[in-house]
Amino acid sequence: MSDTMDNATQPIVRMQQLNKHFGALHVLNGIDLEIIPGEVVVIIGASGSGKSTLIRCINGLEEFQSGSLVVDDNELLPYGKSTQALQTIRTEVGMVFQQFNLFPHLSVIDNVTLAPVKVRGLILEDAKNNAKRLLDRVGIADQADKYPNQLSGGQQQRVALARALAMEPRLMLFDEPTSALDPEMIGEVLDAMRELAKEGMTMVIVTHEMGFAREVADRVIFIHKGEITEQGSPETLFDSPQHERTQSFLARVLKH
Amino acid sequence: MDVNFQFDWSAAFGSIPYLLPGIPWTLLISFGGLAIGFFIGIFFGLLRISRLRWLRWPAIFYIEVFRGTPILVQVLFIFYGLPQLLGSPINPLVAGIAAIAVNSGAYISEIVRGGVQSIERGQGEASLSLGLSRTQSFRYVIWPQAFRRMIPSLGNQGIISIKDTSLFSVIGVGELVRQGQIYISTTFTALEVYFMVALMYLAITWTLSIILRQLEVRGLAGQ
Repeated sequence: MSDTMDNATQPIVRMQQLNKHFGALHVLNGIDLEIIPGEVVVIIGASGSGKSTLIRCINGLEEFQSGSLVVDDNELLPYGKSTQALQTIRTEVGMVFQQFNLFPHLSVIDNVTLAPVKVRGLILEDAKNNAKRLLDRVGIADQADKYPNQLSGGQQQRVALARALAMEPRLMLFDEPTSALDPEMIGEVLDAMRELAKEGMTMVIVTHEMGFAREVADRVIFIHKGEITEQGSPETLFDSPQHERTQSFLARVLKH
Repeated sequence: MDVNFQFDWSAAFGSIPYLLPGIPWTLLISFGGLAIGFFIGIFFGLLRISRLRWLRWPAIFYIEVFRGTPILVQVLFIFYGLPQLLGSPINPLVAGIAAIAVNSGAYISEIVRGGVQSIERGQGEASLSLGLSRTQSFRYVIWPQAFRRMIPSLGNQGIISIKDTSLFSVIGVGELVRQGQIYISTTFTALEVYFMVALMYLAITWTLSIILRQLEVRGLAGQ
């Protein structure tokens, strides 16, 4: 998808001049970003660059102070002053966290069915069938009755993915989904994400996995000090970065 | 005083029939007060962590007042002081239950606050990101986990409150200590009787400890 800015396609996320401060710290500085349905966007940057904060703004886990943000036709207002839109957006936007954040008091299947039953109003039986299908899809159908702490990190993260998918989101956010995993478990989570991308899910991914970014991204965005320094196709950004900041960042991360 | 004093087992055992009627009163005041105190604790504990000052401040005030004054003074205030305001006497049983309720309520507020605040931020974020409302997130995700963590502290508070009811002999409720005092006033066997009174408190608190340990084991099994 090279012409991602096709006018015929309505963007699912439209961010204009978004600013966020943590006290004196200017975390996001006039971010302009549009994401169209079906697009896979990978955000890279050093830690503290604001990349996690950026995607956390999209589902309102972080407030911003000025600018405009429309997600799936719902407008989020500055200072979190838009409760109703926020609720709607969160039912349509799924998120996978670095620390999985599974509910430890609920079994795997109950983790997956909670939101569909309580938010979407699904009948428990339907939600369970749906959950089993999703768990099967991410390769952990046999763990449905276990509790999160009985699973490996990679399995937990795949449950977290199934849990988010159970809400049938139109957009999925990934906040460093493999950063807390042991190296041997990173592959299984990336595989599940790769499958999802193939099926056409719109995804915004913050990651340090550059190989994965190159493979699945339609567009890669490099963020530095709260600003989008450079963006483009993975080939352009990884092989011929224009900005010095991007070059030095890539030199550092690709060396390993 | 007789220095060759012997512990008189027959006097100790003989006091049992007179002490036993005190047990239901002790239990009624403790558990009645704790049940109300539990709800008071949830209420003020949650107000205490509200982001709104005018909800938080009354909770802080309540907690500080009832944690910072002796329960003996509280029960005397309720039993002797409040009737002057109300113009009618208060039943000592009601006064005892009320004192345990407001006193344990203050401590339980802090237990609730600590329990809820101990839950990792990611739990709330994950549930909100799934579209759950703040209320649903609290009810289905935060509270069940917080409550499990609160069980040991709640048990501790239960034991403290049970023992606190012994002070209510001063307002004439026929609980264990009061029954003992009445009995001693005719037999003068203080050593034996207070020994038995102590044993009865121990029997109650020990039973509670065992029940709580079972609850904890069962609660943790799921995690």
